[in-house]
Amino acid sequence: MPKLSYLRAINRALGDEMERDPAVFVMGEDIRQALTNTTIGLLDRFGEQRVVETPLSEQAFTNFATGAALAGRRPVVEYQIPFLLLLVIEQIANQANKVALMSGGQARVPVTYLLPAAGWRPGWGAQHSDQPYSVFAHFGVKTVLPATPTDAYGLLAGAIRDDDPVVVFAPIAAHGLRENIAPADLVPAPLGVGRIHRAGTDVTVVATGHLVQDALAVADELAGEISVEVFDPRTIYPFDWAGLAASLDKTGRLVVIDDSNLFCGLGAEILATAAEQMRLVAPPKRVTRPDSAVLGCVPELDLALQPSRGQLATAVRKVAHGTG
Amino acid sequence: MQETEPVSAEQAGSTPAELYRTIRLIRRFEERAIDLVKSGDIVSGIHPCIGQEAVAAGIGAALRADDVMMANHRGHGHLLAKGSDPGRLLAELAGRVTGVARGRGGSFHPSDFSVGVFGSTGTVGHGAPLAVGVAWALAQAGTDRVAISIFGDGAVNQGALLESFNLAALWRVPVLFVCENNLYATTLPVQTAVAGSITARAAAFGIPAATYDGMDAQVVLAATAAAVARARGGQGPEFLEFSTYRYEGHHTFERTAGLHYRDPAEVARWRASDPMLAQSGRVPAAQRESIDAEVEVTLDAAVKFALDSPAPDPGDALAYLYSTGLRPRASAAG
Repeated sequence: MPKLSYLRAINRALGDEMERDPAVFVMGEDIRQALTNTTIGLLDRFGEQRVVETPLSEQAFTNFATGAALAGRRPVVEYQIPFLLLLVIEQIANQANKVALMSGGQARVPVTYLLPAAGWRPGWGAQHSDQPYSVFAHFGVKTVLPATPTDAYGLLAGAIRDDDPVVVFAPIAAHGLRENIAPADLVPAPLGVGRIHRAGTDVTVVATGHLVQDALAVADELAGEISVEVFDPRTIYPFDWAGLAASLDKTGRLVVIDDSNLFCGLGAEILATAAEQMRLVAPPKRVTRPDSAVLGCVPELDLALQPSRGQLATAVRKVAHGTG
Repeated sequence: MQETEPVSAEQAGSTPAELYRTIRLIRRFEERAIDLVKSGDIVSGIHPCIGQEAVAAGIGAALRADDVMMANHRGHGHLLAKGSDPGRLLAELAGRVTGVARGRGGSFHPSDFSVGVFGSTGTVGHGAPLAVGVAWALAQAGTDRVAISIFGDGAVNQGALLESFNLAALWRVPVLFVCENNLYATTLPVQTAVAGSITARAAAFGIPAATYDGMDAQVVLAATAAAVARARGGQGPEFLEFSTYRYEGHHTFERTAGLHYRDPAEVARWRASDPMLAQSGRVPAAQRESIDAEVEVTLDAAVKFALDSPAPDPGDALAYLYSTGLRPRASAAG
């Protein structure tokens, strides 16, 4: 069976959706050369009218995509670097994501924003290493964070078919993953539905993106001592609260590992909602980046700021033995 | 200022009387809306376009029904000129469910897709890239429809507008950029805000750009119709600057805010070239009186329609947020 890489999965999802629906097109910087590997072969297959190379004008081309969507197209807009999304928060959160509301349902904006290199890139410095998915979730923008090649394919295809704007974060640290899966078995995944990567009975670990692999490794390490369930929401917003509640009904104990900054990050929201509404028999914990974390350009320093397997194992042990 | 070729209103597809009727409708609509602001029925206040009606009327007459318009926060005139129903637009301003956007756009962000108004953004200048995207997609689909983005002089210092000029010119997009230069960005005088000239910004990208008298609807119509024809023919974007003036404040809050950024003598000078008076002089008196009476009847009915329309149900406050019908959580829910 062929080995599917994470970026190859994204490339395949783009190609399949463009093949299936002529309304779909991709735009962004350096995409003819497939600088990020996501658009390999698409120019030859679909031509420059559907592989639209843009100048460095993120604010204009993000609204351009919204306009094209209002005229019936389904754009996929690629941003090479996380901070470029910060340049277009207004265009995504205040324009595209408010069209349905402000038009009273007259119009829809099915645009997908693809960030194929989210998170830390070793040594590339403070402006290339952000992981701002919590920001978009805060604004109510649909946001997905695939952990595996299969989910990268499924969630990107699902995002393209969704009638609302969706941001797709593909963590760099997950790019090395490969899976044995036949192309014919790849299917779109529904947004807002989580996935249990490993069943367990003592502690629920909510993990997202590349941190799913870390959670699985820690679960392995603790096996025999603590039975860990690894729950991956896959979609950050809308979050699969029912899936989390079902897991906590079983375990009653919660640890979140999340690549957001601590303050107002995804982990904070998960702990708050679980505390308000779900079954917890011990105080929950989260493992995140620090408050206002800015990763720099020295790997030793950067790694000291990122959520780690050691921190997760410690948190799981404390929560497993804690009481309300 | 550019002199236009002597194209009559009829040659451009609209009679002087039709233009007068549109101007009159917009003027009286805005005056009625201000009354409803005073009575508390329009809670937001409005950004009145009184004084600028000739631009909207001329543009509206130059466009086809299937052309697309991106308006802005001072956009009531644009929607009316594009064909929105006055009653449903007034209901929109009053937040009623019968509004053109079910009351969810309000005075600041009305859209009416039934007449090709795809939105009104208050992010100054940022409607332009939306219009470029619409126009690009319309051209890709093989149509000869055009899109038009309307903004004020405040927008010409926005980077996104300049980026839009670049994309539109590079890709020969059938889009018109229309600047209603009313001399003030809220309170900031244009001469203290704009280095170089407004049209030179567009010209720098190879976009044909000229300035016209925006107080004369027939000048606006002729200039816009010519640019629309070239865009339909595949000749790419154009930029039109219309010199105009708003007689009211930036927003109705100025009626009580006591701002003093305009010389009363300047306001009086511009009132002397009132676009409604200018156009009324081109219409026989009897016909003008008949139009005036018809507009009042129309607006009486519009006000009644708006005020008789139901207010929204607070239980529906989370509706329309997502096209897929997703309902977000509310605080303390469940």
